[in-house]
Amino acid sequence: MRELVSQPIVVEEDFETVDMNINMGPQHPSTHGVFRMVLTVDGEQIKDVTAYIGYMHRGGEKLSENVDYRGGLGYQDRTDYLAAFNTEWVYANAVERLAGIEIPERAEYIRLILAEFNRILSHYMFMGAFGTDVGIFGTAFCWSFKERERIQDFFEAICGDRMMYNYFHVGGLGWQPHETFMEDARWLLDVTTNGIQDIDSLMTENEIMILRCRDVGNLSAEEALDFGVTGPMLRASGVPLDLRADEPYSIYDRFDWEIPLGDHGDVYDRYLVRLEEMRQSVNIIRQALDQMPTSGSVRATLPRVLRPEPGEIYQRQEGPRGEYGIYMVSDGTDKPWRMKVRSPCFHNLGSLKHQTVGSYIADAVIILGSIDIVLCEVDR
Amino acid sequence: MPPVVLSEFAGIGLPDWIDALIRIVFVVALMTINAFALIYLERKVLARFQARVGPTRTGPIGMLQAIADAVKLVAKEDVRPTTADRWVFQLAPFFVFVPVFLMFVPIPFTETWFIRDLELGFLYIFAVLGLNIVGVVMAGWGSDNKYALLGGIRAAAQAISYELPMLLAAAGVVIIAASHLPAGEPGALNLNFIAGDQRTTPYLILQPLGFVIFMIGALAELHRPPFDMPVAESEVVGGYFVEYSGMRWGMFFLAEYTALFLIVMVASTVFLGGWSFPFGADLGLGWQLVLTFFKASALIFVLFWMRAIVPRLRIDQLMAFSWKVLLPFALAQVLANAIILTYGGADWIVGLVSMAMLALLMGLVYGQMRLKAGAGTRTIRRRAARPRMITATEVAGGTASGGK
Repeated sequence: MRELVSQPIVVEEDFETVDMNINMGPQHPSTHGVFRMVLTVDGEQIKDVTAYIGYMHRGGEKLSENVDYRGGLGYQDRTDYLAAFNTEWVYANAVERLAGIEIPERAEYIRLILAEFNRILSHYMFMGAFGTDVGIFGTAFCWSFKERERIQDFFEAICGDRMMYNYFHVGGLGWQPHETFMEDARWLLDVTTNGIQDIDSLMTENEIMILRCRDVGNLSAEEALDFGVTGPMLRASGVPLDLRADEPYSIYDRFDWEIPLGDHGDVYDRYLVRLEEMRQSVNIIRQALDQMPTSGSVRATLPRVLRPEPGEIYQRQEGPRGEYGIYMVSDGTDKPWRMKVRSPCFHNLGSLKHQTVGSYIADAVIILGSIDIVLCEVDR
Repeated sequence: MPPVVLSEFAGIGLPDWIDALIRIVFVVALMTINAFALIYLERKVLARFQARVGPTRTGPIGMLQAIADAVKLVAKEDVRPTTADRWVFQLAPFFVFVPVFLMFVPIPFTETWFIRDLELGFLYIFAVLGLNIVGVVMAGWGSDNKYALLGGIRAAAQAISYELPMLLAAAGVVIIAASHLPAGEPGALNLNFIAGDQRTTPYLILQPLGFVIFMIGALAELHRPPFDMPVAESEVVGGYFVEYSGMRWGMFFLAEYTALFLIVMVASTVFLGGWSFPFGADLGLGWQLVLTFFKASALIFVLFWMRAIVPRLRIDQLMAFSWKVLLPFALAQVLANAIILTYGGADWIVGLVSMAMLALLMGLVYGQMRLKAGAGTRTIRRRAARPRMITATEVAGGTASGGK
């Protein structure tokens, strides 16, 4: 815990100052959803933070235990709704590993491409929201949403939906992507590369941005590991943990890319790491498009009702926010006996108090922004 | 030159106070219309920066948007929180609104068109500028809302910190203007004289540092990015006017845009030559007015532009920047001007020194930022390998990786 910079000053004997409690959220504009924190402040300086979560709890895990293995996939769209392909993928992979299903290679490639596009989309969302948090009046937001919109259009062309895709099915994909999938993807990559450059030139070198974000919310590598922080936040603290490289699931071992790491572990590094990750995702997608089989089935033939052998599985994958894991226990029936989600934001959010105490109210906003929380995924 | 009195045009003798009244009504009406125009323009300009189109539906190309907003605001219920301090809460908008309009008294729109040609107009502007903070603090305190209180306190701290360098920056101009007057003659604090003095060289050339500091102070004074902490949406949810609704909120809004126009008018009069540069008094009254508005509009565009691209400073950084950077530089400039002109130095030496100090200031800010930013991220090249299976003995022996 950091030392408080100032101590209360006693002016007169009978004069007493009290700390002020400020309730931030669940309707505050920059708590990114229905997150609530109560700040105890001395002037502008934060002395204590209490976080309240659970406003978005819908019991998705329990609901998944009451539907069959295929049906539970739709609930995954609604946890991390900004990276629904990534979460669908974890669920599909978990069930496939539990039931021992092999899926066609083409389906693997399309899944990977879509998941990486979704990572870019999610990071665009971060850039926009973070820009607003640091105080750029809407420009970063509009620019990144313009780019995000194109990716959403691409997803819509494939699966007819813009957020809750439900396109990855257990055993492959729901249906073949549209005919111009490859050309569209390549065009989108070129456009996205420019979009990333736009965001970069707007924010990265800005003096005020540096002044606000450097050395704010520092987390050392040890602290980050202690809090169970994963994803770009952990890499910003200098820990080279990326499940795509360390435990390559699916076909990630076929690609060559770089993992950005930060030196300070502060808000600015988290921003830089995400920015570079977007470029690396573009890199991965390009390689995948080159290797991808242009025709073939995208669905394995499966029995009508899936009844995996009794057993358990923990499938974890690198989502845009960190390690997204699904633990699933089968008792041999057509429904999972137990289903549990390990969501990265929940664990990343645990470090909020440690980062925030001792800083200013304005810092709390950008620290929360740099965690890039999705409340649906925290509360599930 | 004696001011043109309206009665001279009419050919009838009007009492002085009626003439003044006509001028006041004219300026207030002009400024209200101007505020509507500014709101529309800001939305359009920001929209262009943000790859949007802005308002398009109300009137031709959305030009009546601000009017529609005003109608909506008037029609809205004027809500007062039950726990608010009644009179403080309800009077606060007036305390913000009135000083802003008071400030228009000495502004020379043209050589002969102003409400009153105040000898101490320069001081008057800065004296009244400090008044509207009373209303802001009243709003922050009277609302009984913690965000409003924070916003009000922020605004007060900011106003105190930034008025000083702003005043000192403009004082450099007064010193030069005084040196152009015969020794011992007053009048250097008259805004009209300052404007007329810049017939050939605007003070922007002679006092670039002063201009930059003045505009930075103006941004802080107007609560515009990057100094918009008192009204920061993402931190204090709108700041001191968070509890206001209807026309009271509208008055804050109107005051904000009128103040915006006023400050750029002062800046264009003091630094850009107002109606005078580059054509002097030869120009007709109408063209002088066009020139004044053109300069003000150019500055307003820069302020809109900045709003689109800059993030917001933190309150302690804002204070530090004012007291540790701007104030010493502003003081140094005043001192340099005084020394150079006392020893009979030419104007261009003053300009050169000011330019050098501006370069130093910018170099300092940029250098410190580069130092603070340090190196960017490093990347490590990773070709993913097949997962290694962890054997049971490894787990038992505690050598398995992962976990801590």
